[in-house]
Amino acid sequence: MTYAIEAEGLVKRFKETEALAGVDLGARKGSVLGLLGPNGAGKTTAVRIFATLLRPDGGRAHVAGHDVVRDAGVVRALVGLTGQYAAVDENLTGTENLLLIGRLLGLPRREAKARAGELLERFQLTDAAGRAAKTFSGGMRRRLDLAASLVGRPSILFLDEPTTGLDPHSRGELWNLLRGLVADGATALLTTQYLNEADVLADDIVVIDKGRVIAEGTPDQLKSQVGGQVLQLRPVLARDLARAHLLVAQAAGPQTQIEGETVTAPVKDPQLMPTVVRTLDREGIAVGELALRRSSLDEVFLALTGHRAEPGEPGEPESDGGAAVRDSDGSDAEMEKAVSRS
Amino acid sequence: MTATTVTAPITASGRVRPLAGLRQTFTMAWRSLVAVKHNPLELVDYSITPIMFVFLFTYVLGGQMAGSPEAYLKYALPGIIVQNTLFMTMYTAMALNTDLTKGVFDRLRSLPIARSAPLIGRITADLAKHVWAMLLMIGLGLLLGFRVTGGFDGFLLGIVLVVVFAAAVSWSAVLIGMLAGDAEKVQAFAFTLIFPITFTSSAFVVVDTMPGWLQAVSDVNPVTHLSDAFRGLLLGGAVAEPVLWSLVWAAGIALVFYPLAMRAYRAKT
Repeated sequence: MTYAIEAEGLVKRFKETEALAGVDLGARKGSVLGLLGPNGAGKTTAVRIFATLLRPDGGRAHVAGHDVVRDAGVVRALVGLTGQYAAVDENLTGTENLLLIGRLLGLPRREAKARAGELLERFQLTDAAGRAAKTFSGGMRRRLDLAASLVGRPSILFLDEPTTGLDPHSRGELWNLLRGLVADGATALLTTQYLNEADVLADDIVVIDKGRVIAEGTPDQLKSQVGGQVLQLRPVLARDLARAHLLVAQAAGPQTQIEGETVTAPVKDPQLMPTVVRTLDREGIAVGELALRRSSLDEVFLALTGHRAEPGEPGEPESDGGAAVRDSDGSDAEMEKAVSRS
Repeated sequence: MTATTVTAPITASGRVRPLAGLRQTFTMAWRSLVAVKHNPLELVDYSITPIMFVFLFTYVLGGQMAGSPEAYLKYALPGIIVQNTLFMTMYTAMALNTDLTKGVFDRLRSLPIARSAPLIGRITADLAKHVWAMLLMIGLGLLLGFRVTGGFDGFLLGIVLVVVFAAAVSWSAVLIGMLAGDAEKVQAFAFTLIFPITFTSSAFVVVDTMPGWLQAVSDVNPVTHLSDAFRGLLLGGAVAEPVLWSLVWAAGIALVFYPLAMRAYRAKT
């Protein structure tokens, strides 16, 4: 397999702390690799090494087959970097910021101007083209920063927490832009603290913590590993709770449990929700509330690192009286049939 | 995607061609200069403050110091310009510090450009601003009664000498800009350093009235040499000694701070 971005045993130390302790990762050409992890996991350090801003203390990193240390100059000509802070010159206008990058990359003035105009339009900044960047909103700055990283039409992008600190609306806008970029054939390494961001944008995800890879796979694989979504269900009548729990448990597995007046279950199969709806309908259980909730990164993280057991894990004592609901009202066999029919 | 890839100004091995490096330096200088358009504060730094200095020194202190504002202006204007120049070198430090803390240097370093271009470009642009402020102050001085009696040569050499000195001091500014935690610390540090240095020199007063020990300090103070040299070049007179000492100081400052500044720059950017 050809990797456009590849690291082998990457190590980086800052004095006492080991920011990266032997990280292996690879992004296939034309794909988006999500690098997921909490603050201080080493995400930014990895990106800075790939973007030739830091030298690794051990291991190797390649971008499009070029060693980031030995062929730093070549790598720089291939990559675009959007850092954690919108690295735009606040005293320059949108146009001037892009013009600066274009000129530095050796574009003739007219071409640099044309490229700037093109990017500003694409990133919906045309109205603000003549305004100093310091008057921009946070979302506009990020968009300008992203545009700046694209002036040289890089085939490989490094996006270091591109949406951190943005409101949901701006985040959504940026997601759309990033999806467009990748559709154009770029390879991207995207770091994020948000599971749903990686979910939306990444083809593959590598989860790191304390400088180590603790999980990797496609978003689906990862989610099924950690129970990415949680189904929440509240019957209208409290006396239906136990029966609802049983029905859900047959579809969702033994991790289904009762929390207060709600049944919760990890969702591993996208068919779970319709199955549950059909089953409960057939059984005449009125549902007051039914929702799919995403696991927060915290939950994923704790699940992966094992700092906290998954809810309802076998052998794990649970506070919500999980044992009580194991009492069957005798409809087990019937339920079984209902589920298998659907 | 493939057909439109930009040919970066580098060789196949990834080195930046010297001519491209020079052009990148000018581009970075352009960036520093064009920013003035959108930042009126910079106009204050490079224009209003120098004008204010000239007015204040001339009309507040002039009568007391030399009998009349015009008489004092004749002595003090070169010194005021030297002081302003030293203060202005700290804007270089602040601007570099801002680029560093705002991540602009990260962006620049991820580009296939000469490592030194952002630094040299900034210094070049700031030296141009120095010349602007000097011309502004001399122009204002002329309106207020100052006369350049040292001829056009002296005027030109004077400007060049101060710019050379500023270029040397800029390397200390680079060092401070790289090491300081934020731009405000740069300013605080600069003021506590530059005020005593300029005031214990011959920039504003004839040093004869200072206590003996202070005269000794003043005699070795680079600001004394530079002020005397600049004054001599603008007004005419014997300048060989102060010019020589100014150049020696400039060389010394550059020799000490250039390597330190470059080391800090390489480490931080």
